[in-house]
Amino acid sequence: MQDVIIIGCGVAGAACAYRLSRFRLRLTVLEALSDVAGGTTKANSAILHAGYDPEPDTKMARLNVEGVRMAEEICAKLDVPYRKTGSLVLAFSREDRALLRTLLERGEKNGVAGLGLLSGDEARALEPELSGAVLEALLAPSAAIVNPWEYALAMAETAVRNGVELRRSCPVTAIAREEEGFAVTTPQGVFRARYIINAAGVHADRVHRLIGEASFTIRPAKGEYYLLDKSEGTRVSRVIFQCPGPMGKGVLVSPTVHGNLIVGPTAEPSGPEDTSNTARGLQTVRELAARSVPGVRFRENIRNFAGVRAGSGRGDFIIEESPTVPGFFNAAGICSPGLSAAPAIADELTGLLAEKGLPLKEKESFTDTRRRVRFHDLDDRARNELIAADPRYGRVVCRCETVTEGEILACLRAPIPPASVNGVKRRTGAGMGRCQGGFCGPRVQEILARELGVPPAAVPLEEPGSYILTGETKEAWS
Amino acid sequence: MREHQLVVVGGGPAGLSAALSAWEAGVTDILLLERDKYLGGILNQCVHNGFGLHRFKEELTGPEYAGRFIDLLESTAVQVKTDAMVLSVAPDKTVRYVSPDGGCQTVRAGAVVLAMGCRERTRGAISVPGARCSGILTAGAAQRFLNIEGQMVGRRVVILGSGDIGLIMARRMTLEGAKVLACVELMPYSGGLNRNIVQCLQDFDIPLYLSHTVTNIIGEKRLEKVVVSAVDEGRRPIPGTERTFECDTLLLSVGLLPENELTRALGAEMDLRTNGAVVYENMETSIPGIFACGNVLQVHDLVDFVSEESARAGAAAADYIQNGGTTSRRTLRVENGDAVTYTVPQRIRLDAAGEGVQVFFRVNRVFGTSAVTVAAGEKRIARFKREHMAPGEMERIFLPGKLLALAEGDTITVSAEEAEA
Repeated sequence: MQDVIIIGCGVAGAACAYRLSRFRLRLTVLEALSDVAGGTTKANSAILHAGYDPEPDTKMARLNVEGVRMAEEICAKLDVPYRKTGSLVLAFSREDRALLRTLLERGEKNGVAGLGLLSGDEARALEPELSGAVLEALLAPSAAIVNPWEYALAMAETAVRNGVELRRSCPVTAIAREEEGFAVTTPQGVFRARYIINAAGVHADRVHRLIGEASFTIRPAKGEYYLLDKSEGTRVSRVIFQCPGPMGKGVLVSPTVHGNLIVGPTAEPSGPEDTSNTARGLQTVRELAARSVPGVRFRENIRNFAGVRAGSGRGDFIIEESPTVPGFFNAAGICSPGLSAAPAIADELTGLLAEKGLPLKEKESFTDTRRRVRFHDLDDRARNELIAADPRYGRVVCRCETVTEGEILACLRAPIPPASVNGVKRRTGAGMGRCQGGFCGPRVQEILARELGVPPAAVPLEEPGSYILTGETKEAWS
Repeated sequence: MREHQLVVVGGGPAGLSAALSAWEAGVTDILLLERDKYLGGILNQCVHNGFGLHRFKEELTGPEYAGRFIDLLESTAVQVKTDAMVLSVAPDKTVRYVSPDGGCQTVRAGAVVLAMGCRERTRGAISVPGARCSGILTAGAAQRFLNIEGQMVGRRVVILGSGDIGLIMARRMTLEGAKVLACVELMPYSGGLNRNIVQCLQDFDIPLYLSHTVTNIIGEKRLEKVVVSAVDEGRRPIPGTERTFECDTLLLSVGLLPENELTRALGAEMDLRTNGAVVYENMETSIPGIFACGNVLQVHDLVDFVSEESARAGAAAADYIQNGGTTSRRTLRVENGDAVTYTVPQRIRLDAAGEGVQVFFRVNRVFGTSAVTVAAGEKRIARFKREHMAPGEMERIFLPGKLLALAEGDTITVSAEEAEA
């Protein structure tokens, strides 16, 4: 019998696991996919919002501002790429300018520090690539960019290192109430716990309905993106937003922590798993982005992707004990600014669980650090120390991102090792660059097969079934 | 810091040829750096024949062609370092590289030849809509899987783009028992060599859909279907022309890009049309003593011409090391005229033109009986007849030094036009 089962290991579930793992508790995280953070956390704008968007006095507002403050420290402790770039919201019309004032007021009520209005020329002095049509801009110095996937991984890894059990490829198929708590059925067996945290993202309503009537419905909304080559990575140095509309925060142009330029998203109602790109969506991104930053060279695109936001009809995060199922806690409807708010969401839920009797006794020893080798970022002296200890750090596998065999082997020894080519890509950056794995994909596959002790054809791109190879070529008769 | 007379970056056909010709010209201290475990570059995965017709007057496979050069290199004292990835080249001709046995090292060179080759354009570069399932890969990556790893990548195949690697892979996949359903080309003409259209598609009854493109990719985990549409003259898909192919594999053969990250970081002047460095008649970049050749300079169709161009770069590097830099009182800029998309070289130093200069270029459409003209200002100085020209086939003309000396002004313009038979 566990104390808590967390369903879903996206950024919200991972933050909960990380938060709770410092206490003397028995914890299990159940993730449906073969890797952590494979849903909304994997495909979004990679922004930590300052917190001027949400309506004051909502959970969203409070947890956004609090979460962003916590993120800076967590990223430093857990070695997650993070950069406080600040952001600008652009106004192109009188209506937009009025909206900037509303955002400024909201931000100040929400406790966002350092907000200020800039004239169009002042904004262009900061960001010379901005359109001449920009009349005014709202500057928010506390906005940041982050690697959202590694942020979730780092928290999940730290939780595992501190004794949390993580089961991947473990979708929940049934939940039953028992005398002392719940029985959760999965293909890997039945797990029992006194409390459940439902952090199942786009599937949170479906998971809730396994045990009782849900008070919310997830309304998935797809956003499409461009990710441009590093040659475009310095086109802007801050996150450039347009004024938010009814469907979201509009199309942004932003640097990424990897040095690329991200442009997007659209916002269209979609199925929970629909991460396909459309010609129309991509065209919308190009057209809207050109209003803010006309000089973006889309021919430098290296990848398009789409993510699905897990919003609900409620207009606020749903962070509460289910009204119909005592002991079942929701972290649901976590659309933007969910990434920004994640650690604060975890704190909030921890408090709610404690109120309901979960004992929070701190462990005597809690490991709260994480380091990973990033060969690309090291100086030659540090590189040579690594190579002297393990020559495989001297063999560059991914030439675009300068990722070494040593780093790939290290990620396979980490607390949450990858089981797919994309899993290696997300952990090390191999295949993330301009050739998109054209050169290193086969090498990564070979290394994975060798280290996992399986034939190359058994190594998938992503989930089981996403096979890359069908078997060996014809062999000569001997 | 260790010093070498010449450092060659890349051990594919360009680097091999450049190192050999520099050696033959008397340079004795040459370091050749190759990032892979073997010399030969992409030739190692090109197991089909057709290499060497110009150079060796016989048909060789890619590995055989590379082998000829590697054998020659082994008879020299050129120092070869494999598993060595170059991290940077500086204008002072220092080269930083990393390898498992030596770590990060910096060497100083008297001259540098850049021969890093090219990479394939990817799905992202052309923004094909649809799902991001498995079963979509570049033709070259598939070629590596089949020919180096001995692994098959799929059973029912559609190929997007009619570049040479895609055509070669259409045949290769068919020979391995796969069914190639279609080759789909956006343009109204193929991007590959005519001989490959005949030998790799027509001989196997594989249909080529010109003026078509892939407009959707469907598949939950592995590719299940692709949707192909006809395009109009503006290359926009025409609604209502969609046809669906049930397939598990989509190979992309949508162009090659010179791999010039080192060159850009070095600060050499670049040509936006070739995506390679701007070079003088001897393959020297805008940075004295640093030369570029092969597919890192311009994407070639035939390896024979890569070898030839690189031999000139190697000889020029030798000349630079032995006799110092090239000076010239007059330098001509080579400009693109009608229907010409680029030229290499982009600059000709008249005092160094000697007997003459080979100018390589491509045209932007298919020509029948036609002519290539070279003009200095308003005045035509040369005219060359052609029976056939196409964007997929690199053209070249030889401009004698005497003729160049007559050119007035500081530019010459290369143009193509239809002509009477």
